[in-house]
Amino acid sequence: MDLMTALQILDSTVRLGTPLLLACLAGLYSERAGIFDIGLEGKMLMAAFFSGAVAFVTGSVWLGLIAGIAGAMSLAVVHGLASITFRGNQLISGVAINFLASGLTVLIGQKWFALGGRTPALSGEGRFQPIVLPFADSLRDVPVIGPVYYELISGHTALVYVAFAAVPISWWLLFRTRFGLRLRAVGENPAAVDTAGISVTRLRYAAVAIAGLLTGIAGAYLATGLSAGFVKEMTAGRGFIALAALIFAKWRPVPALGATMLFGLLEAVANRYQNIDLGGVVIPVQAMQALPYVLTVIILAGFVGKAIPPRAGGEPYVKER
Amino acid sequence: MGARQQTERQATAAPAIELRAISKAFGPVQANKDISIRVERGTIHGIVGENGAGKSTLMSILYGFYRADAGEILIGGRPVQIPDSQAAIRAGIGMVFQHFKLVQNFTVLENVILGVEEGALLRPSLNKARRVLGDLAREYELDVDPDAAIEDLSVGHQQRVEILKALYRQADILILDEPTGVLTPDEADHLFRILASLRDQGKTIILITHKLREIMEITDAVSVMRRGEMVATLKTASTSPEELAERMVGRKVLLHVPKGPANPGRNVLEVENLRVVDAAGIERLRGIGLTVRAGEILGVAGVAGNGQSELLKVLGGFQRATGRVRVNGDDIDLTGRRSDGQTRRARGIAHVPEDRQALGLIMDFTAWENCAFGYHNAPEYQKNALFMDNAAMQADAQAKMERFDVRPPTATLAAKSFSGGNQQKIVLAREIERNPDLLLVGQPTRGVDIGAIEFIHKRLVALRDAGKAVLMVSVELEEILSLSDRIVVMFDGRIMGERLPDQTNERELGLLMAGVAA
Repeated sequence: MDLMTALQILDSTVRLGTPLLLACLAGLYSERAGIFDIGLEGKMLMAAFFSGAVAFVTGSVWLGLIAGIAGAMSLAVVHGLASITFRGNQLISGVAINFLASGLTVLIGQKWFALGGRTPALSGEGRFQPIVLPFADSLRDVPVIGPVYYELISGHTALVYVAFAAVPISWWLLFRTRFGLRLRAVGENPAAVDTAGISVTRLRYAAVAIAGLLTGIAGAYLATGLSAGFVKEMTAGRGFIALAALIFAKWRPVPALGATMLFGLLEAVANRYQNIDLGGVVIPVQAMQALPYVLTVIILAGFVGKAIPPRAGGEPYVKER
Repeated sequence: MGARQQTERQATAAPAIELRAISKAFGPVQANKDISIRVERGTIHGIVGENGAGKSTLMSILYGFYRADAGEILIGGRPVQIPDSQAAIRAGIGMVFQHFKLVQNFTVLENVILGVEEGALLRPSLNKARRVLGDLAREYELDVDPDAAIEDLSVGHQQRVEILKALYRQADILILDEPTGVLTPDEADHLFRILASLRDQGKTIILITHKLREIMEITDAVSVMRRGEMVATLKTASTSPEELAERMVGRKVLLHVPKGPANPGRNVLEVENLRVVDAAGIERLRGIGLTVRAGEILGVAGVAGNGQSELLKVLGGFQRATGRVRVNGDDIDLTGRRSDGQTRRARGIAHVPEDRQALGLIMDFTAWENCAFGYHNAPEYQKNALFMDNAAMQADAQAKMERFDVRPPTATLAAKSFSGGNQQKIVLAREIERNPDLLLVGQPTRGVDIGAIEFIHKRLVALRDAGKAVLMVSVELEEILSLSDRIVVMFDGRIMGERLPDQTNERELGLLMAGVAA
C-alpha cells in the first residue's frame, strides 16, 4: 500500500468518523450527567432531515445547520422532560425518540417533497464545502509532509474541524472548570450536588441540551457535508455505534476520539476494499461492511476491560426523606 | 467540666438554634407535631428517638430539604427562612448525613469545593481548599490526604471529609445523623475528640443517634422524640440511659436482657480450616476454626468486612469454600450440588442473613409469602401435587406474626411496608419457628428500634435456653457483650482470639477488632 492510498483511507476515516465523534461526545455529556441517551440516533436523524430540508429550501447550508440543531434540540427537550422532570425511564424515552424521528422524518419529507421520504439533492451553497487550509497548495509537493497536510489535514468541511476542536474543549470543560466538576458530580452522586445547594435539574438539562447541540451538528454533517441531502434512515445505526465507542472510551473525551476514528477506519476500509481476495478465498463485501457492527458487538460484550459507567446513570433523582 | 460551665455562662445569650412549633405532615402522616427546641451555642445537643419518631424529618426541615407546614426557625435569635440547602449553608448549618453525600471517584479537594467554587475555573478553588484543609487538619485532628479519591478512603476518613466540607463552608452549627453506625470503636473515639474540640471552639453540634451510651458520653443536653412529638429536653448530667429509653418507647425497656448461665451441651457446629477466595482472587477467610455447642450463643465480633459476611454465607449455603464443616457430627458439603441453602435447612441450619432486605426478604412480596420462602416445599403448604395451599400459608404466617409481635400483624401487606424491626421479626419468625438445631444470625438488630431490640434479644436467649446453638455475627459490641456466652473476634479473615464476656471489655475487643493481638 503506498502513501497516497493510506492517506486516502485515513482521509475517508476522518470524514466517516466525524459524525460518530460528535454523537459520542453528545452521549458523553449526557451520560456523565447521569442521563442515559440511546436517542442519539433519533436526534441525529431529525437533525439530518431538517438541515437537508431547510438547506434545500433556503439554499443556505448555515440555515440548514441551525434548523438541524433546532430539530435535535427539540427531541433533547422531550428526553429531558421525560427523564428529568417526570422521572421516567431513560431507555424507554430514548427508544421512543428513535421511533419518533424515524417515522416523522419520512412522513414530513414525503409531505413536503414527495420524493419517498428523501429531500432533493443539494448543491453549491446548500452543502458544506471543503476548506483548503493556508499553504496547502504550495506545500503539496514537499515529500511526506505535503501530501499529509494536503490530503489529510486540509480540505475538510467546517464541521469536521468543529468536531475535532470539540475534543480538547470538552476535556477542558469537564476537568478544568466548575461546570465540568458539577456535571461529573451529578452523574456520580446527585445527592451530593443537591446537598451542596446546586440544582440537579438545571445541570442535567444543561447536559441534555449540549447533547442536543452536538447531535444536531452531527446530523447536519451527515446530510449536508458527507452526503448531498437527506435519505430515509441515513444515520444507519451511527448513534448506537457512537454509544459503543463511548463505552470503549470509558466516558472520556480523548479516548472517544480514538474509538470513533477506529470505527471510522473500519467503515473506510470496507468502502474501499469491496472484495478481499485471500489467495482463493474471497471475503464478500457484506462481511467488510458488517465489520463496524461486529466490532460494536465485541466491544459491548465486554472485551475492552472494565468500563465503569457514571454511578448514577439511568437513575432519576428523587430526593430522599 | 469546662464545656458545661461555658454552657451555663452562655445560656443567657440567644440560642444557636431555636425551633418554635414546627409541624410537618406527609399526607395523613404527621411526621412532626408542634416541635419546639432550643439548642444553646457551644454545646453538643443529642436527639434520640426510635425510627420514624421524626428526627430525620426535623433535621431535613432545618437543612432545607422540606418546608415546615407551620412554625418558625431562629438562628442566633433571628428568624430565618430555609427554603433550600443553599439557604441552610448560608445560615451556617452543616450536615453530615448517615449515608455520606460524597462523589466516590472525586478527590477529597474536589468534594470539598463542590458547590462553593471560587470562580469558573477550578485551579484557584483547589489551591485555596488545600490551604484551608491544612489549617483545619492542624486545629481539629482532621487529617485526610487532600488528593486521595474518596473510594480509596476508609469510612472513618470519609466521614472526616464530610465534616471538613461543613467547616469549609464555615458552618457554625453541625448536624450529625447516626455518625458512629459505621465506625470502629477507635474511630468513634476519634470522632468524639473532634466533636469535643469543635464545641470548645464555640461550634454548636447536634448529634442524632440511637446509641444511648454515646448520648451519655458526649452530649451536654438531650432531646427525646416519640411519634413526631418532642417528649422532653433534659440535661445529660441529670438523666440516665434507662430514663431516656423509657421516654423514647413510652414504657419501661430492659436495655440488657437478663439471662442465666449457659448449659452448653454437645458440639452442634464444628468448623475447621475454612477458606474462601472471592471472585477477585482475594482470600476472604484464611482458615477459620470454631465450634458452637447446643445451648450457647457464640458471638462473632469484628469491624464489617473482615470475613464475617463470608462465614455466614458459607454456613448458610450460598458461598463455596474449602475446609471442613460438621453439623451434629456429620460433614456437610461445601461445594457442589448439595451445598445449597435447601440442603442446609434440611440439616437443621436456619439463617437470618445480615442484609435482610436483600437476602432475607423479597420486599415487594407479601409477609405471608416471605414467611414461607425457603420452606415453601414443606408438606403442610401443599394442596396437592400441583398446587400450593395459599390459605394454609397465610394462616401459618398470621399465627407466626402474632407470636412474634409483628406490627401490624397483617399477613397480606408487602414486606416493604413494615418497619426495619418488624421486617426482622418476620425473618426471625420464619427461621426460629422451624425449630432449627443451629441458628445463624447476622446483625440481629441493625436498624431496629429499641423496643424491638429487647424482643429480638429475648427470643435469641430463649432459643439458647431451649438447647439450640446460636452463631451471632454483630458489629455492635454492646450486643456481643450482653448476649454472647463466648466471643470470637475476626480480623482480616482470621480469628484473632476468643474471650468470655465477663472476662473482657470493649477496649480489649476493640484492639482485637483492629488486628492488634492482645
